[in-house]
Amino acid sequence: MRALTIRLPQVPDFAPLDAYDHDLLREIYRRMVLIRQFELKVNELFLQGVMPGTIHLSLGQEASAVGACLALEAGDVITLTHRGHGQALAKGVSADSLMAELFGKVTGCCRGKGGSLHVGDMSVGALPAIAIVGASSPIAAGMAFAFKRGETGQVALNFFGEGTANKGDWHEALNLAAIWKLPVIFLCENNLYGVSTHVTEVMAIDYVAERASAYGMPGSTIYGNDPIAVHEAVKSAADQARAGGGPALIECLTYRRGGHKRDDPGAYRPQEEVQAWLRTDPIPAYRERLLADSRFSLSAIEAIDAAVASTIDASVEFALASAAPTTESAWEHVYAD
Amino acid sequence: MPTDRKQSVQSTSRQLTVVQALREAVREEMRRDEQVFVLGEDIRIGGSFLFTLGLLDEFGSERVLNTPISEAGFVGLAIGAAIQGMRPIIDFQYGDFIFTAFDQIMQQCAKLQYMSGGQVSIPLVFQLPTGASGRGAQHANSVETVFCGIPGLKIATPATPYDAKGLFKSAVRDNNPVMFCVHKHLYGSKGRQLAESSISRGHVPDEEYLIPLGRGDIKKRGQDITLVANGLMLHRSLNVAEALENEGVSVEVVDPRCLAPFDTDLVINSVVKTSRLLIVEEGSERGGWGAQLAADIAGQAIGFLDAPIRRVATPNVPIPFSPVLESAVIPDEARIRSVILELMDH
Repeated sequence: MRALTIRLPQVPDFAPLDAYDHDLLREIYRRMVLIRQFELKVNELFLQGVMPGTIHLSLGQEASAVGACLALEAGDVITLTHRGHGQALAKGVSADSLMAELFGKVTGCCRGKGGSLHVGDMSVGALPAIAIVGASSPIAAGMAFAFKRGETGQVALNFFGEGTANKGDWHEALNLAAIWKLPVIFLCENNLYGVSTHVTEVMAIDYVAERASAYGMPGSTIYGNDPIAVHEAVKSAADQARAGGGPALIECLTYRRGGHKRDDPGAYRPQEEVQAWLRTDPIPAYRERLLADSRFSLSAIEAIDAAVASTIDASVEFALASAAPTTESAWEHVYAD
Repeated sequence: MPTDRKQSVQSTSRQLTVVQALREAVREEMRRDEQVFVLGEDIRIGGSFLFTLGLLDEFGSERVLNTPISEAGFVGLAIGAAIQGMRPIIDFQYGDFIFTAFDQIMQQCAKLQYMSGGQVSIPLVFQLPTGASGRGAQHANSVETVFCGIPGLKIATPATPYDAKGLFKSAVRDNNPVMFCVHKHLYGSKGRQLAESSISRGHVPDEEYLIPLGRGDIKKRGQDITLVANGLMLHRSLNVAEALENEGVSVEVVDPRCLAPFDTDLVINSVVKTSRLLIVEEGSERGGWGAQLAADIAGQAIGFLDAPIRRVATPNVPIPFSPVLESAVIPDEARIRSVILELMDH
């Protein structure tokens, strides 16, 4: 058995923000805070016993979801993971429909038939999440296949975790995407753990992105807690894909602030590693960078925080006030007309 | 009018094998709809049963794709393409290979529409050679049986060229995944050569037609007993029924043609008339579609029955290679005949 090797964060020097558009910088911050506050609220509702089901929080991974989704065009599509609330919000799924889905209400993005593990909204290009590790990668490649065939100029982005890189479906998808030069971006959120299993126990190479070359596509490993770095990498891969250059693999190094799911404290993780990564929280780091930029004042940033807080409160009210699905609807959507 | 097998064989009109009829259906649908495309292994040489023979020449490699040996990968890819509005047809060399893609079938393809609350639909046809054909246990599965317990899939099991063509065209136009299972002995090809036989050949009209998924067909009218069978078992059952006709036993042979949706009403109406029911299938007896049908008929029409419902199926063993052993487990005409006679004695 391979031993677990502690993987500490290597925080690079951040690029100055001057070259970036004010509205983009602002939106990156707003969506990261939206995800953070949404998930903290969800966690609270679970602990109160108000919310049904199970949840997998992405606290700490906001930068990769937001950086990636904001680098895409509105018509591009993403596939989400079981840890998908952040990816959904980042792509533009409304907090109301997401919260209602978690409560199993008919106003939820999947009419209450998906739940936390299957959130998504096709109208904003978020395919309802596929909770089976590896299964979404060939499906993302297939959507890209349709885009290429229809010459639509759209791109598909497949979110997955580092554990997925040991699944057969994933390898088959990378190969298919490469041989047919499909406009798909494989975006790995490497948070070091598949439930309790450390990546260094189950992979003999250092980084997932090393596997890209085996399929004939570019691969890169970046610091995933910097939304700007993620945005740059995805933007460049999307431009390549749109120009007919085929797929790319981008690995974002990040960390879960909590355990695998709500009943998991993550006690299997070495404290040295946990503490080091907790200090790299992407949101305070990005907030500091914004405040160092003359275009952003403290009051403007606090106004964003306050607006997000009321969006989240409103989403809970909306969800609680919404009707449950009719029991008859359990029989609907088994077959399409 | 029942589509009498004998009548169609005698006809002077156009005769095709099942695989020829299927290829005609694919060509017509590909000409009709730009979104239809075919992918699978070794399609350049027609795949294993010549389903894709010649398609590359007419439609080119953009619409007829030769894949790597990556069943999970290309099934997932077809699902993604279908979500975005295309209509893929996947040619499996052997239906038996679908198990390496089973998550994509059972967890993705069959459920994405449902769990998304109807946001996506997946029009996708799986062309699946099924059943035992002297190739040993891993190329002998009656794959259709496995799909019966999966809500969200439709399942067709045509036994004649006429049904194969009409059902296939409907499958391509359907907005759901359709598992299109054809018995390996029925295509009319063997070892990449055409190998016609009376069971693979039949009348197919020149003019276009469709057969709706979920509507069964009475293949032979009769008065004394209802025999429900599909695929290769339909042909064996018809041979027995035709022989027994001369001995004074009138067997009504019902071909469900599809296992999901299943035309239960057609069977009930027949049973009301005959009061006896025998179900013949090639899959394992345990968990077969015949078990479900028996339960449905018992639940809805037991008052019309004068005898127990009987089933003839393969016993619960993997399919052995030796021709002697394969014949011993796959239902044959002698077994079908003897159970009919037992039921008539009841």
